[in-house]
Amino acid sequence: MSATTPAPAVQRSAAPVVEVRDIGKSYGPVNALSGVSTTVNAGEVTCVLGDNGAGKSTFIKILAGVHTPSEGELLLDGEPVRFSSPRAALDAGIATVYQDLAVVPLMPVWRNFFLGSELTRGVGPFRSLDVKEMKRITYTELDNMGIDLRDVDQPIGTLSGGERQCVAIARAVYFGARVLILDEPTAALGVKQSGVVLKYIARSRDRGLGVVFITHNPHHAYPVGDRFLLLNRGTSLGNFEKSEITLGQLTSLMAGGAELDSLAHELEREMGRDSSLVQQLESEAERLPDVVGEAGTRARE
Amino acid sequence: MTTTDIVTVGNRPRLESRPLRKILARPEIGALVAALAVMLFFSVYTSNFMTLSGAGVWLESASTFGIMAVAVALLMIGGEFDLSAGVMTGFTALIVGVLTSHYGLNIWVAVLVSLVAALAVGALNGFLVMRTGLPSFIVTLGTFFVLAGIDLAVTKLITGQVAIQGMTNVPFYDSVQPLFGSSIQIGGGTFYVSVLWWFLATILATWVLLRTRAGNWIFAVGGQLNSSRQVGVPVLKTKVGLFMTTAGAAWLVGMISLFRTSTVQANTGVGQEFIYIICAVVGGCLLTGGFGSAIGAALGALIYGMVFQGITFAQWDTNWLRTFLGAMLLLAVFLNHFVRTRAGGAR
Repeated sequence: MSATTPAPAVQRSAAPVVEVRDIGKSYGPVNALSGVSTTVNAGEVTCVLGDNGAGKSTFIKILAGVHTPSEGELLLDGEPVRFSSPRAALDAGIATVYQDLAVVPLMPVWRNFFLGSELTRGVGPFRSLDVKEMKRITYTELDNMGIDLRDVDQPIGTLSGGERQCVAIARAVYFGARVLILDEPTAALGVKQSGVVLKYIARSRDRGLGVVFITHNPHHAYPVGDRFLLLNRGTSLGNFEKSEITLGQLTSLMAGGAELDSLAHELEREMGRDSSLVQQLESEAERLPDVVGEAGTRARE
Repeated sequence: MTTTDIVTVGNRPRLESRPLRKILARPEIGALVAALAVMLFFSVYTSNFMTLSGAGVWLESASTFGIMAVAVALLMIGGEFDLSAGVMTGFTALIVGVLTSHYGLNIWVAVLVSLVAALAVGALNGFLVMRTGLPSFIVTLGTFFVLAGIDLAVTKLITGQVAIQGMTNVPFYDSVQPLFGSSIQIGGGTFYVSVLWWFLATILATWVLLRTRAGNWIFAVGGQLNSSRQVGVPVLKTKVGLFMTTAGAAWLVGMISLFRTSTVQANTGVGQEFIYIICAVVGGCLLTGGFGSAIGAALGALIYGMVFQGITFAQWDTNWLRTFLGAMLLLAVFLNHFVRTRAGGAR
């Protein structure tokens, strides 16, 4: 269950592409996020995990330039930056693929790929779309990502959810992204489709991009992730290298130790003490405090 | 869950692409089939439909509706309606009529003033819709009635009548007239210049839609407004531009009707906005936007022109025209809906 892909042979610069230090955001008196730190390296996947309302969206909105952080700092190539707008983040090479993917379902794949950044030729009033070139680039770029579309002329709405997700990723990569933020790309997908998307996440990473992968599913995060940032109610539960944590621990942390404990008691009444499920839950609940304690201290350092 | 598994999942072969399916998914295909059927029917049923004189009549009839239908189709693809498009044809003609015959303004200047006024109303429509976020159906219904009232009241106030006549006495009338109202004789048929305008409008609109950035943006803002914004499409510019295009087309049609007949009624164009929409929908435009074709809309107008004149040639009661149009509209909507659910995919 935990087979990992070998680390890619990508040249890494000394400083991480993006680093966040004790970052936080409050909306008036409400603290949506506080004290979160992690790094995004070129050629690595940083997973941001958390349940609904954990602060994942706030976190990516800070990275994407939608919000400016109210505390902490954001470093790009080791230099502190402040993004005033999504456009500024995009110009710095941080591209975000939102859940709705920003595609127009009835338009052909190639038109979607270049929408808003169309290639043209000719001058003045006779400037027209360079259709041939755009189709060629779309085909090639998708092919490079391992997406084999025979026909880039089909409406993007006819593609499966996973394929659409991949086109959106390929588009971000083509238009010069160095850091790719993926907002729950697997949330609405089935098992197979999720697999396809995970493959393209791995592919983007292998092409040297820093990937921020937001998800609430540790089973999706673990196979592709190099680093795991866990959020819960706006605070960090820890920022782990892959070597520091197992899938089991990740899952338990996500579920929350205390809740697991009470669940174990609940099940004990219904299923009896000897039930293997109960025993497993109990043992996981016992392990939890250590992980949190250790990581918690480390994260605050 | 190993990486190899993940890779194999992605490599499953794609479905074969089917050329026939692709042709059937074109928006204008329904209108093309219908136009051929109507043409065939009246050619067989009446003796003078398929003659040069007959063709001159139904082409002329289709041309003004065609110009408007093409512009309205662009607007509908962009996700909006313009109910003021019909009355605008009368509005622009009245401006020229009043300014020249009652204020003695140079007719060329009056024609330009009328164009500027039309574009201003179009821009107003666009800004009102975009700034308020209200449906364009309601906003342009408002401007429709405002303009319809102005047309009647102001014309009556200034001229004391509800029509403007005697345009031929206006100086330089003959220098403008050929541009909008001239005709040539070909083998006993009279062919008006408006047919040429119609073809030009269709070609230009098709080129813009399929081969320019603006066309890409029109499909995008009509198909999925938020996505368009996110990828940097100038949404406001595109939509306002579309409303202004419709208004510009209404000006052209206003000039054509003014210079062909040399008169204009104060209620010209009222009620025709729905015919434009019907032509566009018959031509494959979706009411929800993001899909359609200028050629289709032109074919829709051709059907209208052929049926309108064909019914006269067949010496039926012309009131059946509306019934036919309604049935045609329903059929087209069913067909569009079917095509969209088959080829358009999830939304």
